[in-house]
Amino acid sequence: MTERKPRDFFPPLAAGVGLGLTLMGMFLFTGHGLGASGFFTNVLAWLGTLAAPDWTEMNSYLGNYLGATHPLNSWLSWELAGAAIGGLAGSLIAGRFRFKIERGPHTSAGARMGFAVGGGVLSGFGASLAGGCTSSLGLSGGAVLAVASFVFLIAFFAAGLLVAALTGRIWQ
Amino acid sequence: MNFPLENPGILVLVLVGVLFGYFIEAAGLSSPRKLTAQFALRDWTVFRVMFVAIVVAAIGLWLFDVAGWLRFDALKIPTMFFWAMALGGALLGAGMAIGGYCPGTSVVGLFAGRLDALFFMLGMMLGMMVFAVSYDSLQPIYTTGKGPAGQTLAGLTGLPTWLWLLVLAGMAWGGFRLGTWFESRRGGKISAKDLAGSGN
Repeated sequence: MTERKPRDFFPPLAAGVGLGLTLMGMFLFTGHGLGASGFFTNVLAWLGTLAAPDWTEMNSYLGNYLGATHPLNSWLSWELAGAAIGGLAGSLIAGRFRFKIERGPHTSAGARMGFAVGGGVLSGFGASLAGGCTSSLGLSGGAVLAVASFVFLIAFFAAGLLVAALTGRIWQ
Repeated sequence: MNFPLENPGILVLVLVGVLFGYFIEAAGLSSPRKLTAQFALRDWTVFRVMFVAIVVAAIGLWLFDVAGWLRFDALKIPTMFFWAMALGGALLGAGMAIGGYCPGTSVVGLFAGRLDALFFMLGMMLGMMVFAVSYDSLQPIYTTGKGPAGQTLAGLTGLPTWLWLLVLAGMAWGGFRLGTWFESRRGGKISAKDLAGSGN
């Protein structure tokens, strides 16, 4: 597998058209767009009911996510199971699948794990605060021209540019 | 035709998910090096793919609406909470610049073999836990700056939707040009071959 020459990526225009039609399809079939972060909130709430059921039920944030009682009852779980299959199959077919810890040329594997957790903490907190992520608010809200989504997208790109300018050596 | 169908069943959700993951991976957006190269202005794939996807889906939904096949009012349109959206969006941008992913791309990244995505997911759950613990005290932040329910750009400005679609398509075109300009000066796009080494 690792010996295979990887096929290069789709041109962004082609991939964007494909993703856009997929997003439109989701709206037509379900009335909502694509999502991701809500799945992790579902899992957190579910783990909470196993580890500390009383506290989780009383918590005014996680309590809202207990309606489905189990993450598998949510559409997000099925959509992301599909996304996992699509990513796995696509990368295998194109010879791009690699087991690795992807990192910048000046970053050690250990430091990369630390940055991944740290960036994850910011993202998890941010997605909870905004009530969505790059998929649900950025792409899906953008497709229905929601004002909220364009505020979100501008903040996302502005902060990404700023933080990358300060921490660029992690990746470049 | 009467879209949206509302209760699509598990198979449709999985199939749409497969296409979602497939196109993310095919574009190269399961790679944190490619994702973060957008913020270094070296590789504009994130902007291009996202903007094209938004414009294509928006035009498609508008056409269905104009044809009378879609109840646009039944679609889920997020309501603005200015500070929640601005601060949350900024944290997701910062999280991607440092951690290399957003929530969706971390799932696809993991299944394309990237073990660092697992650590990002762990961090996300920690961040959500911090939010859950501080939820009550944060209320002044995430409830201020509330906009009208489900407001769209057309609703905000009184301009017709088709005009906004034209504006967005124009911005996408401008972004493509600007991206090409930057890419030729900052090292250029990251290809699948650049990523084929075990560490990189």
